[in-house]
Amino acid sequence: MHVPTLAELTAEGKKPEVLFWVGCAGSFDERAKKITKSFVKILQKAEVSFAVLGTEESCTGDPAKRSGNEFLFQMQAMTNIEVMNAYEVTRIVTTCPHCFNTLKNEYPSLGGKYEVMHHTTFINTLLKENRFTISGTTYKGKRITYHDPCYLGRANQVYQAPRELIQKLDAELVEMRNCKSKGLCCGAGGAQMFKEPEKGNKDINIERTEQAMETQSEIIVAACPFCNTMMTDGVKNKEKEGQVQVQDIAEMISKAEDL
Amino acid sequence: MPYLSNIIFAILLFLAVFVFRRNILFIKRNIQMGKAVDRSDHSKARWSNMFRVALGQSKMVSRPVAGVLHIIVYLGFVLINLELIEIVLDGLLGTHRLFAPFMGGFYNLLIASFEILAALVLVSVIVFWLRRNVVRINRFWKDEMKGWPKMDADYILYFELVLMTLFLSMNATDQLLQQAGTPRYTQAGLFPISQWMTPLFSSFSDPTLLLLERSFWWLHILGILVFLNYLYYSKHLHILLAFPNTYFQNLNPKGKFKNNEAVTHEVKLMMNPNADPYAAPSAEIPEKFGASDVTDLNWVQLMNAYTCTECGRCTDQCPANQTGKLLSPRKIMMDTRDRLEEVGRNITKSVGFVDDGKQLLDDYITREELWACTSCNACVEACPIGIDPLSIIIDMRQYLVMEQSAAPSDLNKMMTNIENNGAPWPFSNQDRMLWAHEN
Repeated sequence: MHVPTLAELTAEGKKPEVLFWVGCAGSFDERAKKITKSFVKILQKAEVSFAVLGTEESCTGDPAKRSGNEFLFQMQAMTNIEVMNAYEVTRIVTTCPHCFNTLKNEYPSLGGKYEVMHHTTFINTLLKENRFTISGTTYKGKRITYHDPCYLGRANQVYQAPRELIQKLDAELVEMRNCKSKGLCCGAGGAQMFKEPEKGNKDINIERTEQAMETQSEIIVAACPFCNTMMTDGVKNKEKEGQVQVQDIAEMISKAEDL
Repeated sequence: MPYLSNIIFAILLFLAVFVFRRNILFIKRNIQMGKAVDRSDHSKARWSNMFRVALGQSKMVSRPVAGVLHIIVYLGFVLINLELIEIVLDGLLGTHRLFAPFMGGFYNLLIASFEILAALVLVSVIVFWLRRNVVRINRFWKDEMKGWPKMDADYILYFELVLMTLFLSMNATDQLLQQAGTPRYTQAGLFPISQWMTPLFSSFSDPTLLLLERSFWWLHILGILVFLNYLYYSKHLHILLAFPNTYFQNLNPKGKFKNNEAVTHEVKLMMNPNADPYAAPSAEIPEKFGASDVTDLNWVQLMNAYTCTECGRCTDQCPANQTGKLLSPRKIMMDTRDRLEEVGRNITKSVGFVDDGKQLLDDYITREELWACTSCNACVEACPIGIDPLSIIIDMRQYLVMEQSAAPSDLNKMMTNIENNGAPWPFSNQDRMLWAHEN
């Protein structure tokens, strides 16, 4: 697929309406790359003029900041801000709640002030503006449960946008016993993704996967590449890969619309 | 000595208020040991928070049983304390039911509602005790609750139980004295609850009744004065501190972790090609990055520690704690308070802090606890009065990483990757767009 970079568009004298911040997981992780591609297909279908930073993008610094390495975080942030401000970026959309949170909340005090949206919010806006419609019936009537990523839900109060999309797919949304502001973490946040968990009697992703399985859903929807990995591992651990899928909303929409 | 009781009362009241004031000043001084943080903005939103969350108890009802019972006890506490105004004035002036003649029917209504509240408080407190000691709700039996914290929680319930019983017994004997036409005991008040207690006392002679009524009256007010001074030693300070704590709580989105300005200064210098590397270091460089002891925390974090009621809703919601890890956000707050008290006593004793070879890190909060946190904000969300244990955990991680380079080795690898190739994994930044060319 052809994905324009901001450098290319700028060379052509064009300015996209939004920058798609792909994030490290979305760029390098095999599973998350599928989410990235699905989202690009949606952007293309809706004829959104967008661009990515490509090799000019670098980690937002989120895992460094949550680990306590404020130096590294600020170095990353200031470098990224310098790049984005040079391109006069004003709007950003991202499929990663961690990038979303950091760009939206932590970049302004370092000089990076942008309108930042999570892809679930952005897709909802596209639907409301009739730039794109969902009519596919792939997920009609399917039991689906939604896992709230901490950095989307509790951290930024985005609870409705992903749920509205699931409803647009005509699926039956079944909530877990801990959802929305009481949603249980998948275990990846705070840089836990990159280390072994401290010792305990269970891994957090197993606990959360068990809660998701209690709903008897066919699909666990996660709106975060890290949650996606953790829940996928949880389902594998329970040897239920055959029955239960873990999907990002962008992937489901892309599949339903046959993009 | 007709004024003896008035004088004794005045002395006891003065002593109680004096000691209470001293304790409050001690807390204030300790909180002021914290670093500066500006929470003077958005006063409207802050007042509204305080009204909704502290006064209105809006977050308590997220757990309906505990929430409703707590509201009853809280209303009882606030409203029955109105009666305290009369009791204190009676004690000082040597009068009895001073307000009754001035308030007429309204006085009866007030006394009646205090009685009903007192009965409801009694029932609630008994249910609270049963929840702790018979149902043994998990969050009340975690490791950090062993010993004093467990006893403290029970003592508070016993205090309230005794105070409410004394209040009702005082009214019951008062009624009998009123009916007997005892001098000073004029007909006043309406007693919907204590009227059912009068048979307990009706066989006593008038002088015995008088002695009982006076004893109940004195024990009730003395109990309240003792409780006032017990506050400082207990987890119960929240009845006062919940108000400033909700006023000064963080108003930003929970995912926004504060910017460390000292680091910004350093990073800007490093990234500025025109900066003079030999210039004299600026005065803004702090002696320490992050927090290893209570004095490295800000005053709001220290106030949080004094405000914590050890209810354990945070720990109950913590994913690390739920899966058997050592971390308990409640323990983070309890440790912070214990260490702060220790530092405070040290300063009082030695007139200035004398190094005791201890600190919050390691001596109270272990590294294992700090590294178990997923920064998910469940604890912050769960706290009914706006306490933020997560900010303390992150400040302490900053100390571990920036001062001691003591992150777990996996995290060091992740950070090295970010430094070298701009991603937490060892992939070349040149490969960032490969996904677009794959199927």
